Amino acid sequence: MFDIKDLYQEIIVDHNRSPRNFGVIDDADKILEGFNPLCGDKLKLYIKTDGQNINDIAFDGTGCAISIASASLMTDAMKNKSIDEAESLFNEFHALITTEDKFDSEHLGKLTVLAGVKDFPGRVKCASLCWHTLRSALVGDNKPVTTE
Amino acid sequence: MNKKNNIAEIQNQTEDFDVEKFRKDFPILHQEINGKPLVYLDNAATTQKPKSVIDAIEKYYQKYNSNIHRGVHTLSENATEAYESARLKVKNFINANSTKEIVFVRGATEAINLVAQSFGRNSLSKEDEIIITELEHHANIVPWQLLSQQTGVKLKYIPINKDGELVEPEYKKLLNEKTRIVAVGHISNALGTINPIENIINMAHEYGAKVLIDGAQATSHTSVDVKKLDCDFYVFSGHKLFGPTGIGVLYGKENLLEEMPPYQGGGDMIKMVTMKETQYNDLPYKFEAGTPNISGVIGLGAAIDYVNKIGLENISVHENALLNYANQKTSEITGLKFIGTAKQKTSILSFTLEGIHPHDVGTILNNEGIAIRTGHHCAMPVMEYFKIPATSRASFSFYNTYKEIDALIEAIEKCKKVFS
Ligand SMILES: Cc1ncc(COP(=O)(O)O)c(C=O)c1O
Repeated sequence: MFDIKDLYQEIIVDHNRSPRNFGVIDDADKILEGFNPLCGDKLKLYIKTDGQNINDIAFDGTGCAISIASASLMTDAMKNKSIDEAESLFNEFHALITTEDKFDSEHLGKLTVLAGVKDFPGRVKCASLCWHTLRSALVGDNKPVTTE
Repeated sequence: MNKKNNIAEIQNQTEDFDVEKFRKDFPILHQEINGKPLVYLDNAATTQKPKSVIDAIEKYYQKYNSNIHRGVHTLSENATEAYESARLKVKNFINANSTKEIVFVRGATEAINLVAQSFGRNSLSKEDEIIITELEHHANIVPWQLLSQQTGVKLKYIPINKDGELVEPEYKKLLNEKTRIVAVGHISNALGTINPIENIINMAHEYGAKVLIDGAQATSHTSVDVKKLDCDFYVFSGHKLFGPTGIGVLYGKENLLEEMPPYQGGGDMIKMVTMKETQYNDLPYKFEAGTPNISGVIGLGAAIDYVNKIGLENISVHENALLNYANQKTSEITGLKFIGTAKQKTSILSFTLEGIHPHDVGTILNNEGIAIRTGHHCAMPVMEYFKIPATSRASFSFYNTYKEIDALIEAIEKCKKVFS
Protein backbone atom coordinates (compact mmCIF):
# COMPACT_ATOMS: atom_id res chain seq x y z
CA MET A 1 0.00 0.00 0.00
CA PHE A 2 1.27 3.43 -0.98
CA ASP A 3 0.82 6.58 0.97
CA ILE A 4 -0.85 9.06 -1.31
CA LYS A 5 1.46 11.72 0.11
CA ASP A 6 4.40 9.96 -1.56
CA LEU A 7 2.84 10.90 -4.85
CA TYR A 8 1.44 14.29 -3.97
CA GLN A 9 4.40 15.75 -2.15
CA GLU A 10 4.39 19.33 -0.92
CA ILE A 11 6.53 20.49 -3.83
CA ILE A 12 4.17 18.94 -6.36
CA VAL A 13 1.10 20.43 -4.77
CA ASP A 14 2.85 23.79 -4.68
CA HIS A 15 4.00 23.69 -8.30
CA ASN A 16 0.50 22.65 -9.35
CA ARG A 17 -1.06 25.55 -7.49
CA SER A 18 1.43 28.12 -8.72
CA PRO A 19 3.25 26.76 -11.73
CA ARG A 20 6.58 28.39 -12.59
CA ASN A 21 7.35 29.57 -16.11
CA PHE A 22 3.67 29.47 -16.96
CA GLY A 23 2.89 31.57 -19.99
CA VAL A 24 3.92 32.37 -23.51
CA ILE A 25 7.31 33.36 -24.92
CA ASP A 26 6.52 35.67 -27.80
CA ASP A 27 9.78 35.22 -29.68
CA ALA A 28 10.19 31.52 -28.98
CA ASP A 29 11.88 29.67 -31.82
CA LYS A 30 10.25 26.36 -30.92
CA ILE A 31 6.62 25.92 -29.95
CA LEU A 32 5.29 22.42 -29.56
CA GLU A 33 2.15 20.84 -28.19
CA GLY A 34 1.88 17.64 -26.17
CA PHE A 35 -1.44 15.87 -25.75
CA ASN A 36 -2.65 12.99 -23.64
CA PRO A 37 -5.93 11.91 -25.23
CA LEU A 38 -6.69 9.60 -22.36
CA CYS A 39 -7.18 12.35 -19.83
CA GLY A 40 -7.25 15.40 -22.05
CA ASP A 41 -4.03 16.91 -20.72
CA LYS A 42 -2.78 19.48 -23.19
CA LEU A 43 0.49 21.34 -22.73
CA LYS A 44 2.32 23.72 -25.01
CA LEU A 45 6.05 24.35 -24.68
CA TYR A 46 7.74 27.58 -25.75
CA ILE A 47 11.50 27.37 -26.12
CA LYS A 48 14.05 29.96 -27.04
CA THR A 49 17.40 28.54 -28.07
CA ASP A 50 20.56 29.79 -29.71
CA GLY A 51 20.97 26.45 -31.42
CA GLN A 52 23.04 25.02 -28.59
CA ASN A 53 21.52 26.27 -25.38
CA ILE A 54 18.07 26.74 -23.92
CA ASN A 55 17.96 30.43 -23.14
CA ASP A 56 14.37 30.56 -22.08
CA ILE A 57 11.52 28.10 -21.69
CA ALA A 58 7.88 28.34 -20.67
CA PHE A 59 4.65 26.36 -20.94
CA ASP A 60 0.92 26.74 -20.75
CA GLY A 61 -2.09 24.45 -20.99
CA THR A 62 -4.27 22.32 -18.77
CA GLY A 63 -3.66 19.07 -17.00
CA CYS A 64 -3.63 17.13 -13.78
CA ALA A 65 -1.42 18.07 -10.85
CA ILE A 66 1.27 15.61 -11.88
CA SER A 67 1.57 16.91 -15.41
CA ILE A 68 1.43 20.58 -14.44
CA ALA A 69 3.96 20.15 -11.61
CA SER A 70 6.19 18.11 -13.87
CA ALA A 71 6.18 20.80 -16.56
CA SER A 72 6.78 23.47 -13.97
CA LEU A 73 9.74 21.61 -12.46
CA MET A 74 11.10 20.64 -15.87
CA THR A 75 11.08 24.18 -17.22
CA ASP A 76 12.82 25.35 -14.04
CA ALA A 77 15.49 22.70 -14.49
CA MET A 78 15.99 23.41 -18.20
CA LYS A 79 16.77 27.11 -18.02
CA ASN A 80 20.24 27.80 -19.35
CA LYS A 81 21.00 24.16 -20.00
CA SER A 82 22.66 23.06 -23.19
CA ILE A 83 20.66 20.85 -25.52
CA ASP A 84 23.06 17.99 -24.78
CA GLU A 85 22.51 18.42 -21.06
CA ALA A 86 18.77 18.47 -21.66
CA GLU A 87 18.99 15.17 -23.47
CA SER A 88 20.91 13.50 -20.68
CA LEU A 89 18.54 14.92 -18.07
CA PHE A 90 15.67 13.48 -20.09
CA ASN A 91 17.22 10.03 -19.85
CA GLU A 92 17.87 10.36 -16.15
CA PHE A 93 14.34 11.55 -15.50
CA HIS A 94 12.86 8.76 -17.55
CA ALA A 95 14.78 6.20 -15.48
CA LEU A 96 13.68 7.96 -12.30
CA ILE A 97 9.98 7.53 -13.00
CA THR A 98 10.03 4.12 -14.65
CA THR A 99 12.76 2.04 -12.99
CA GLU A 100 13.97 1.14 -9.54
CA ASP A 101 17.53 2.08 -10.55
CA LYS A 102 19.55 4.30 -8.26
CA PHE A 103 19.43 7.91 -9.33
CA ASP A 104 21.71 10.86 -8.89
CA SER A 105 19.58 12.96 -6.59
CA GLU A 106 22.07 15.78 -6.58
CA HIS A 107 21.97 16.06 -10.34
CA LEU A 108 18.21 15.69 -10.61
CA GLY A 109 17.53 18.09 -7.75
CA LYS A 110 13.87 18.85 -7.13
CA LEU A 111 12.84 16.59 -10.00
CA THR A 112 13.24 13.63 -7.64
CA VAL A 113 9.91 14.48 -6.00
CA LEU A 114 8.30 12.88 -9.04
CA ALA A 115 9.91 9.48 -8.32
CA GLY A 116 6.65 8.46 -6.59
CA VAL A 117 4.79 8.09 -9.89
CA LYS A 118 6.48 4.79 -10.61
CA ASP A 119 4.22 3.22 -7.99
CA PHE A 120 1.21 4.55 -9.92
CA PRO A 121 1.71 3.11 -13.41
CA GLY A 122 -1.36 4.91 -14.76
CA ARG A 123 0.26 8.23 -13.96
CA VAL A 124 3.71 7.84 -15.52
CA LYS A 125 2.42 9.35 -18.75
CA CYS A 126 1.26 12.43 -16.88
CA ALA A 127 4.75 13.09 -15.56
CA SER A 128 6.48 12.35 -18.84
CA LEU A 129 4.23 14.23 -21.26
CA CYS A 130 6.13 17.52 -21.05
CA TRP A 131 9.46 15.72 -21.28
CA HIS A 132 8.54 13.88 -24.45
CA THR A 133 7.33 17.14 -25.87
CA LEU A 134 10.60 18.85 -24.99
CA ARG A 135 12.63 16.11 -26.54
CA SER A 136 10.63 16.16 -29.73
CA ALA A 137 11.09 19.93 -29.93
CA LEU A 138 14.84 19.82 -29.32
CA VAL A 139 16.19 16.71 -30.96
CA GLY A 140 13.20 14.98 -32.54
CA ASP A 141 11.03 15.70 -35.48
CA ASN A 142 9.29 18.63 -33.82
CA LYS A 143 5.92 16.95 -34.35
CA PRO A 144 3.14 17.35 -31.77
CA VAL A 145 3.43 14.64 -29.16
CA THR A 146 0.64 12.37 -28.03
CA THR A 147 0.97 9.73 -25.36
CA GLU A 148 -1.25 7.19 -27.11
CA MET B 1 -35.25 21.60 5.43
CA ASN B 2 -34.00 19.08 7.91
CA LYS B 3 -31.38 17.13 6.03
CA LYS B 4 -30.93 14.42 8.66
CA ASN B 5 -34.60 13.49 8.57
CA ASN B 6 -34.55 13.50 4.85
CA ILE B 7 -31.71 11.03 4.65
CA ALA B 8 -33.36 8.73 7.19
CA GLU B 9 -36.47 8.88 5.06
CA ILE B 10 -34.58 7.93 1.94
CA GLN B 11 -33.04 4.98 3.69
CA ASN B 12 -36.40 3.86 5.02
CA GLN B 13 -37.86 3.77 1.56
CA THR B 14 -35.58 0.96 0.51
CA GLU B 15 -35.27 -0.94 3.73
CA ASP B 16 -36.83 -4.04 2.26
CA PHE B 17 -34.30 -4.05 -0.56
CA ASP B 18 -31.75 -6.49 0.81
CA VAL B 19 -28.53 -5.14 -0.67
CA GLU B 20 -26.31 -7.28 1.49
CA LYS B 21 -28.01 -10.41 0.22
CA PHE B 22 -27.53 -9.37 -3.40
CA ARG B 23 -23.91 -8.41 -2.80
CA LYS B 24 -23.22 -12.01 -1.88
CA ASP B 25 -24.06 -12.94 -5.47
CA PHE B 26 -21.06 -10.93 -6.73
CA PRO B 27 -17.75 -12.61 -5.83
CA ILE B 28 -15.64 -9.69 -7.05
CA LEU B 29 -17.10 -7.22 -4.57
CA HIS B 30 -15.55 -8.97 -1.60
CA GLN B 31 -11.94 -7.94 -1.80
CA GLU B 32 -9.59 -5.24 -0.67
CA ILE B 33 -7.89 -2.71 -2.92
CA ASN B 34 -4.91 -0.88 -1.46
CA GLY B 35 -5.83 -2.25 1.97
CA LYS B 36 -9.41 -0.91 1.84
CA PRO B 37 -12.64 -2.70 0.97
CA LEU B 38 -13.35 -2.32 -2.73
CA VAL B 39 -16.03 0.29 -3.44
CA TYR B 40 -16.97 -0.21 -7.06
CA LEU B 41 -18.59 2.93 -8.46
CA ASP B 42 -17.71 2.55 -12.12
CA ASN B 43 -20.85 0.74 -13.18
CA ALA B 44 -21.49 2.95 -16.19
CA ALA B 45 -18.22 1.67 -17.68
CA THR B 46 -19.06 -1.94 -16.95
CA THR B 47 -21.07 -3.79 -14.35
CA GLN B 48 -19.91 -6.69 -12.21
CA LYS B 49 -21.07 -10.23 -12.88
CA PRO B 50 -23.12 -12.36 -10.49
CA LYS B 51 -22.03 -15.91 -9.75
CA SER B 52 -24.92 -17.28 -11.80
CA VAL B 53 -23.52 -15.64 -14.95
CA ILE B 54 -19.99 -16.85 -14.26
CA ASP B 55 -21.34 -20.34 -13.58
CA ALA B 56 -23.41 -20.43 -16.77
CA ILE B 57 -20.34 -19.60 -18.84
CA GLU B 58 -18.21 -22.11 -17.00
CA LYS B 59 -20.85 -24.81 -17.38
CA TYR B 60 -20.97 -24.26 -21.12
CA TYR B 61 -17.21 -24.74 -21.44
CA GLN B 62 -17.12 -27.64 -18.98
CA LYS B 63 -20.15 -29.58 -20.19
CA TYR B 64 -21.31 -28.75 -23.69
CA ASN B 65 -18.86 -26.55 -25.57
CA SER B 66 -19.46 -27.08 -29.28
CA ASN B 67 -20.48 -25.15 -32.34
CA ILE B 68 -24.10 -24.29 -32.94
CA HIS B 69 -26.59 -24.67 -35.78
CA ARG B 70 -24.59 -27.31 -37.57
CA GLY B 71 -23.79 -30.41 -35.57
CA VAL B 72 -26.11 -33.38 -35.20
CA HIS B 73 -24.39 -34.45 -32.02
CA THR B 74 -25.75 -33.94 -28.54
CA LEU B 75 -23.29 -31.29 -27.43
CA SER B 76 -24.09 -29.15 -30.43
CA GLU B 77 -27.79 -29.59 -29.89
CA ASN B 78 -27.42 -28.52 -26.28
CA ALA B 79 -25.34 -25.50 -27.22
CA THR B 80 -27.80 -24.48 -29.93
CA GLU B 81 -30.66 -24.88 -27.51
CA ALA B 82 -28.95 -22.69 -24.89
CA TYR B 83 -27.99 -20.08 -27.50
CA GLU B 84 -31.48 -19.82 -28.93
CA SER B 85 -33.18 -19.84 -25.56
CA ALA B 86 -31.03 -16.83 -24.62
CA ARG B 87 -32.38 -15.09 -27.71
CA LEU B 88 -35.87 -15.75 -26.48
CA LYS B 89 -34.94 -14.27 -23.10
CA VAL B 90 -33.66 -11.13 -24.80
CA LYS B 91 -36.81 -10.90 -26.91
CA ASN B 92 -38.98 -11.07 -23.80
CA PHE B 93 -36.70 -8.73 -21.87
CA ILE B 94 -37.28 -5.87 -24.31
CA ASN B 95 -40.70 -7.09 -25.46
CA ALA B 96 -39.85 -7.52 -29.13
CA ASN B 97 -42.37 -9.16 -31.45
CA SER B 98 -40.20 -12.05 -32.46
CA THR B 99 -36.77 -13.59 -32.00
CA LYS B 100 -36.15 -12.72 -35.65
CA GLU B 101 -35.72 -9.16 -34.45
CA ILE B 102 -32.92 -10.02 -32.02
CA VAL B 103 -29.46 -10.00 -33.61
CA PHE B 104 -26.45 -10.88 -31.48
CA VAL B 105 -23.45 -8.60 -32.01
CA ARG B 106 -20.32 -7.67 -30.08
CA GLY B 107 -21.89 -4.76 -28.27
CA ALA B 108 -23.71 -1.49 -28.67
CA THR B 109 -20.85 -0.16 -30.78
CA GLU B 110 -21.06 -2.94 -33.33
CA ALA B 111 -24.84 -2.71 -33.44
CA ILE B 112 -24.72 0.99 -34.32
CA ASN B 113 -22.06 0.39 -36.96
CA LEU B 114 -24.19 -2.41 -38.39
CA VAL B 115 -27.20 -0.13 -38.75
CA ALA B 116 -25.15 2.74 -40.14
CA GLN B 117 -23.53 0.57 -42.77
CA SER B 118 -26.29 -1.87 -43.66
CA PHE B 119 -29.27 0.43 -43.36
CA GLY B 120 -27.62 3.77 -44.03
CA ARG B 121 -24.95 3.22 -46.60
CA ASN B 122 -27.22 1.71 -49.19
CA SER B 123 -30.08 4.10 -48.92
CA LEU B 124 -28.72 7.53 -48.04
CA SER B 125 -27.23 10.31 -50.13
CA LYS B 126 -26.17 13.90 -49.72
CA GLU B 127 -29.79 14.97 -50.00
CA ASP B 128 -30.53 13.23 -46.70
CA GLU B 129 -29.99 14.15 -43.06
CA ILE B 130 -29.26 12.32 -39.84
CA ILE B 131 -29.93 13.81 -36.42
CA ILE B 132 -27.94 12.83 -33.35
CA THR B 133 -27.25 14.80 -30.16
CA GLU B 134 -24.42 16.57 -28.37
CA LEU B 135 -24.89 14.13 -25.49
CA GLU B 136 -23.89 11.03 -27.40
CA HIS B 137 -21.18 8.54 -26.60
CA HIS B 138 -18.57 8.43 -29.37
CA ALA B 139 -20.08 5.06 -30.36
CA ASN B 140 -23.19 6.93 -31.48
CA ILE B 141 -21.27 9.71 -33.23
CA VAL B 142 -18.37 8.24 -35.15
CA PRO B 143 -20.31 5.58 -37.12
CA TRP B 144 -22.57 8.36 -38.43
CA GLN B 145 -19.61 10.58 -39.25
CA LEU B 146 -18.12 7.69 -41.23
CA LEU B 147 -21.42 7.23 -43.01
CA SER B 148 -21.49 10.92 -43.75
CA GLN B 149 -18.04 10.71 -45.32
CA GLN B 150 -19.12 7.73 -47.39
CA THR B 151 -22.48 8.99 -48.61
CA GLY B 152 -22.45 12.73 -48.10
CA VAL B 153 -25.43 12.49 -45.74
CA LYS B 154 -25.64 15.55 -43.51
CA LEU B 155 -25.18 15.15 -39.76
CA LYS B 156 -27.03 17.46 -37.36
CA TYR B 157 -26.82 17.66 -33.58
CA ILE B 158 -29.57 18.36 -31.05
CA PRO B 159 -27.96 20.79 -28.58
CA ILE B 160 -27.99 20.45 -24.81
CA ASN B 161 -28.65 23.00 -22.05
CA LYS B 162 -26.66 23.74 -18.91
CA ASP B 163 -28.38 20.94 -17.03
CA GLY B 164 -27.26 18.46 -19.65
CA GLU B 165 -30.74 18.00 -21.11
CA LEU B 166 -31.62 17.94 -24.78
CA VAL B 167 -33.21 21.17 -25.99
CA GLU B 168 -36.41 19.76 -27.44
CA PRO B 169 -37.57 22.86 -29.34
CA GLU B 170 -34.26 22.78 -31.22
CA TYR B 171 -34.90 19.17 -32.16
CA LYS B 172 -38.20 20.25 -33.66
CA LYS B 173 -36.36 22.78 -35.81
CA LEU B 174 -33.82 20.24 -37.03
CA LEU B 175 -36.46 17.77 -38.17
CA ASN B 176 -37.73 17.93 -41.74
CA GLU B 177 -38.62 15.77 -44.73
CA LYS B 178 -34.95 15.11 -45.39
CA THR B 179 -34.42 13.53 -41.96
CA ARG B 180 -33.91 9.83 -42.50
CA ILE B 181 -32.37 8.64 -39.24
CA VAL B 182 -32.52 9.95 -35.69
CA ALA B 183 -30.01 8.25 -33.38
CA VAL B 184 -30.25 9.11 -29.68
CA GLY B 185 -28.99 7.66 -26.44
CA HIS B 186 -31.64 6.48 -24.01
CA ILE B 187 -29.48 7.54 -21.05
CA SER B 188 -26.29 9.62 -21.20
CA ASN B 189 -23.21 7.80 -19.92
CA ALA B 190 -21.39 11.03 -19.13
CA LEU B 191 -24.15 12.80 -17.18
CA GLY B 192 -26.90 10.29 -16.48
CA THR B 193 -29.58 12.31 -18.28
CA ILE B 194 -32.62 10.23 -19.23
CA ASN B 195 -33.72 11.49 -22.62
CA PRO B 196 -37.38 11.89 -23.57
CA ILE B 197 -37.12 9.16 -26.17
CA GLU B 198 -40.89 8.60 -26.53
CA ASN B 199 -41.30 12.15 -27.81
CA ILE B 200 -38.18 11.96 -29.92
CA ILE B 201 -39.40 8.76 -31.58
CA ASN B 202 -42.91 10.04 -32.20
CA MET B 203 -41.74 13.31 -33.69
CA ALA B 204 -39.24 11.57 -35.96
CA HIS B 205 -41.94 9.22 -37.20
CA GLU B 206 -44.09 12.16 -38.21
CA TYR B 207 -41.43 12.87 -40.81
CA GLY B 208 -40.98 9.23 -41.73
CA ALA B 209 -37.50 9.06 -40.20
CA LYS B 210 -36.25 5.86 -38.57
CA VAL B 211 -35.05 5.99 -34.98
CA LEU B 212 -32.17 4.16 -33.35
CA ILE B 213 -31.98 4.23 -29.56
CA ASP B 214 -28.61 3.59 -27.94
CA GLY B 215 -29.66 1.78 -24.80
CA ALA B 216 -26.17 0.90 -23.56
CA GLN B 217 -26.74 2.79 -20.30
CA ALA B 218 -30.41 2.03 -19.92
CA THR B 219 -31.07 -1.70 -19.71
CA SER B 220 -29.54 -2.13 -16.26
CA HIS B 221 -31.65 0.65 -14.75
CA THR B 222 -35.03 0.69 -16.42
CA SER B 223 -37.29 -1.71 -18.25
CA VAL B 224 -37.46 -1.31 -22.00
CA ASP B 225 -40.47 -2.08 -24.16
CA VAL B 226 -39.52 -1.67 -27.79
CA LYS B 227 -43.08 -2.28 -28.93
CA LYS B 228 -44.46 0.48 -26.77
CA LEU B 229 -41.58 2.81 -27.66
CA ASP B 230 -42.08 1.97 -31.33
CA CYS B 231 -38.38 2.61 -31.98
CA ASP B 232 -36.99 1.11 -35.18
CA PHE B 233 -33.69 -0.03 -33.68
CA TYR B 234 -32.59 -0.48 -30.07
CA VAL B 235 -29.05 -1.48 -29.16
CA PHE B 236 -27.31 -2.48 -25.93
CA SER B 237 -24.26 -4.25 -24.51
CA GLY B 238 -24.30 -7.32 -22.29
CA HIS B 239 -21.42 -6.20 -20.10
CA LYS B 240 -23.34 -3.19 -18.81
CA LEU B 241 -26.18 -5.52 -17.84
CA PHE B 242 -24.21 -7.82 -15.50
CA GLY B 243 -23.35 -10.07 -18.44
CA PRO B 244 -20.03 -10.79 -20.16
CA THR B 245 -18.08 -8.51 -22.45
CA GLY B 246 -18.04 -9.10 -26.19
CA ILE B 247 -21.77 -9.66 -26.52
CA GLY B 248 -24.53 -7.22 -27.32
CA VAL B 249 -27.87 -6.93 -28.99
CA LEU B 250 -29.30 -5.21 -32.01
CA TYR B 251 -33.06 -5.09 -31.98
CA GLY B 252 -34.57 -4.05 -35.31
CA LYS B 253 -38.11 -4.10 -36.62
CA GLU B 254 -38.51 -7.19 -38.73
CA ASN B 255 -39.52 -5.43 -41.94
CA LEU B 256 -36.46 -3.16 -41.74
CA LEU B 257 -34.01 -5.96 -41.01
CA GLU B 258 -35.60 -7.93 -43.82
CA GLU B 259 -34.82 -5.18 -46.33
CA MET B 260 -31.29 -4.56 -45.11
CA PRO B 261 -28.38 -6.29 -46.84
CA PRO B 262 -25.98 -8.38 -44.72
CA TYR B 263 -23.30 -6.54 -42.77
CA GLN B 264 -20.69 -9.29 -42.99
CA GLY B 265 -20.44 -12.40 -45.09
CA GLY B 266 -19.46 -15.87 -43.98
CA GLY B 267 -20.79 -19.06 -42.49
CA ASP B 268 -24.16 -19.26 -40.77
CA MET B 269 -25.56 -16.25 -42.61
CA ILE B 270 -26.28 -18.18 -45.80
CA LYS B 271 -28.83 -20.64 -47.07
CA MET B 272 -26.93 -21.71 -50.10
CA VAL B 273 -23.68 -20.69 -51.69
CA THR B 274 -22.72 -21.48 -55.26
CA MET B 275 -19.66 -20.12 -56.96
CA LYS B 276 -21.87 -17.57 -58.65
CA GLU B 277 -24.06 -16.30 -55.88
CA THR B 278 -25.31 -16.67 -52.36
CA GLN B 279 -28.76 -16.94 -50.97
CA TYR B 280 -28.86 -15.30 -47.57
CA ASN B 281 -30.23 -16.94 -44.50
CA ASP B 282 -33.42 -15.88 -42.75
CA LEU B 283 -33.50 -13.39 -39.92
CA PRO B 284 -31.77 -13.04 -37.58
CA TYR B 285 -29.04 -15.34 -38.94
CA LYS B 286 -28.49 -13.14 -41.97
CA PHE B 287 -26.68 -10.76 -39.62
CA GLU B 288 -24.76 -13.36 -37.62
CA ALA B 289 -21.91 -14.38 -39.90
CA GLY B 290 -19.37 -16.80 -38.50
CA THR B 291 -19.22 -18.66 -35.22
CA PRO B 292 -20.72 -16.29 -32.70
CA ASN B 293 -19.81 -15.58 -29.09
CA ILE B 294 -21.73 -18.61 -27.81
CA SER B 295 -20.60 -18.41 -24.19
CA GLY B 296 -21.30 -14.68 -24.25
CA VAL B 297 -24.86 -15.22 -25.40
CA ILE B 298 -25.41 -17.87 -22.74
CA GLY B 299 -23.92 -15.55 -20.12
CA LEU B 300 -26.18 -12.73 -21.26
CA GLY B 301 -29.18 -15.01 -20.95
CA ALA B 302 -28.15 -15.81 -17.37
CA ALA B 303 -27.71 -12.10 -16.64
CA ILE B 304 -31.23 -11.38 -17.85
CA ASP B 305 -32.58 -14.17 -15.65
CA TYR B 306 -30.74 -12.62 -12.74
CA VAL B 307 -32.08 -9.11 -13.36
CA ASN B 308 -35.60 -10.44 -13.80
CA LYS B 309 -35.37 -12.22 -10.48
CA ILE B 310 -34.58 -8.98 -8.65
CA GLY B 311 -36.84 -6.87 -10.82
CA LEU B 312 -35.89 -3.65 -12.57
CA GLU B 313 -38.61 -1.85 -10.61
CA ASN B 314 -36.89 -2.69 -7.32
CA ILE B 315 -33.51 -1.93 -8.78
CA SER B 316 -34.51 1.54 -9.87
CA VAL B 317 -36.12 2.38 -6.52
CA HIS B 318 -32.90 1.51 -4.69
CA GLU B 319 -30.69 3.27 -7.23
CA ASN B 320 -32.78 6.44 -7.09
CA ALA B 321 -32.53 6.44 -3.34
CA LEU B 322 -28.75 6.04 -3.61
CA LEU B 323 -28.58 8.92 -6.07
CA ASN B 324 -30.67 11.18 -3.83
CA TYR B 325 -28.52 10.32 -0.87
CA ALA B 326 -25.31 10.94 -2.83
CA ASN B 327 -26.70 14.20 -4.20
CA GLN B 328 -27.53 15.49 -0.76
CA LYS B 329 -24.24 14.45 0.76
CA THR B 330 -22.04 15.74 -2.02
CA SER B 331 -23.87 19.04 -2.31
CA GLU B 332 -22.50 19.79 1.16
CA ILE B 333 -18.93 19.60 -0.14
CA THR B 334 -17.56 23.04 -0.93
CA GLY B 335 -15.87 23.33 -4.27
CA LEU B 336 -17.78 20.39 -5.71
CA LYS B 337 -19.77 21.15 -8.82
CA PHE B 338 -22.24 18.77 -10.41
CA ILE B 339 -21.95 18.36 -14.15
CA GLY B 340 -25.32 17.18 -15.37
CA THR B 341 -28.31 18.23 -13.32
CA ALA B 342 -31.15 16.99 -15.48
CA LYS B 343 -34.53 16.57 -13.86
CA GLN B 344 -34.75 13.04 -15.23
CA LYS B 345 -31.56 11.30 -14.22
CA THR B 346 -30.23 7.88 -13.54
CA SER B 347 -27.70 6.98 -10.85
CA ILE B 348 -24.68 8.74 -12.32
CA LEU B 349 -22.88 11.50 -10.48
CA SER B 350 -20.50 13.49 -12.64
CA PHE B 351 -18.63 16.26 -10.87
CA THR B 352 -15.62 18.53 -10.75
CA LEU B 353 -13.69 19.68 -7.69
CA GLU B 354 -12.39 23.21 -7.68
CA GLY B 355 -8.63 23.31 -8.24
CA ILE B 356 -8.27 19.53 -8.43
CA HIS B 357 -8.04 17.72 -11.73
CA PRO B 358 -10.32 14.66 -12.08
CA HIS B 359 -7.32 12.49 -12.85
CA ASP B 360 -5.87 13.31 -9.43
CA VAL B 361 -9.24 12.65 -7.81
CA GLY B 362 -9.29 9.22 -9.46
CA THR B 363 -5.85 8.32 -8.16
CA ILE B 364 -6.57 9.45 -4.62
CA LEU B 365 -9.92 7.64 -4.55
CA ASN B 366 -8.30 4.48 -5.89
CA ASN B 367 -5.87 4.65 -3.03
CA GLU B 368 -8.92 4.47 -0.76
CA GLY B 369 -10.21 1.40 -2.59
CA ILE B 370 -12.80 3.39 -4.54
CA ALA B 371 -13.15 2.82 -8.28
CA ILE B 372 -14.61 5.70 -10.27
CA ARG B 373 -14.08 6.84 -13.84
CA THR B 374 -12.29 10.06 -14.65
CA GLY B 375 -11.88 11.62 -18.06
CA HIS B 376 -14.13 12.59 -20.93
CA HIS B 377 -16.19 9.38 -20.79
CA CYS B 378 -16.04 8.98 -24.57
CA ALA B 379 -18.29 12.01 -24.83
CA MET B 380 -15.92 14.79 -25.81
CA PRO B 381 -18.68 17.02 -27.25
CA VAL B 382 -20.28 17.06 -23.78
CA MET B 383 -16.99 18.19 -22.22
CA GLU B 384 -16.67 20.79 -24.95
CA TYR B 385 -20.11 22.15 -24.09
CA PHE B 386 -19.26 22.51 -20.40
CA LYS B 387 -15.77 23.81 -21.30
CA ILE B 388 -14.01 21.27 -19.08
CA PRO B 389 -11.44 18.69 -20.09
CA ALA B 390 -12.86 15.96 -17.89
CA THR B 391 -15.07 15.05 -14.96
CA SER B 392 -15.01 12.54 -12.15
CA ARG B 393 -17.90 10.13 -12.47
CA ALA B 394 -19.33 7.87 -9.79
CA SER B 395 -21.99 5.56 -11.19
CA PHE B 396 -24.09 3.41 -8.89
CA SER B 397 -25.66 0.04 -9.35
CA PHE B 398 -28.22 -1.79 -7.23
CA TYR B 399 -25.45 -3.56 -5.28
CA ASN B 400 -24.03 -0.30 -3.97
CA THR B 401 -24.76 0.86 -0.44
CA TYR B 402 -25.15 4.06 1.55
CA LYS B 403 -22.00 3.11 3.38
CA GLU B 404 -20.11 3.11 0.11
CA ILE B 405 -21.37 6.58 -0.66
CA ASP B 406 -20.13 7.68 2.76
CA ALA B 407 -16.73 6.25 1.83
CA LEU B 408 -16.85 8.23 -1.41
CA ILE B 409 -17.62 11.46 0.46
CA GLU B 410 -14.81 10.84 2.91
CA ALA B 411 -12.36 10.18 0.08
CA ILE B 412 -13.40 13.37 -1.72
CA GLU B 413 -12.68 15.26 1.47
CA LYS B 414 -9.30 13.57 1.52
CA CYS B 415 -8.60 14.86 -2.00
CA LYS B 416 -9.24 18.35 -0.78
CA LYS B 417 -6.90 17.81 2.15
CA VAL B 418 -4.09 16.57 -0.09
CA PHE B 419 -4.38 19.71 -2.17
CA SER B 420 -5.01 22.15 0.63
C1 LIG C 1 -24.17 5.45 -24.03
C2 LIG C 1 -23.21 4.44 -24.54
N1 LIG C 1 -23.27 4.06 -25.83
C3 LIG C 1 -22.45 3.15 -26.34
C4 LIG C 1 -21.46 2.57 -25.58
C5 LIG C 1 -20.54 1.59 -26.20
O1 LIG C 1 -20.72 0.34 -25.65
P1 LIG C 1 -19.71 -0.85 -25.99
O2 LIG C 1 -18.35 -0.31 -25.77
O3 LIG C 1 -20.09 -1.93 -25.04
O4 LIG C 1 -19.97 -1.23 -27.41
C6 LIG C 1 -21.33 2.95 -24.24
C7 LIG C 1 -20.25 2.38 -23.41
O5 LIG C 1 -19.58 3.05 -22.66
C8 LIG C 1 -22.23 3.89 -23.72
O6 LIG C 1 -22.15 4.27 -22.45
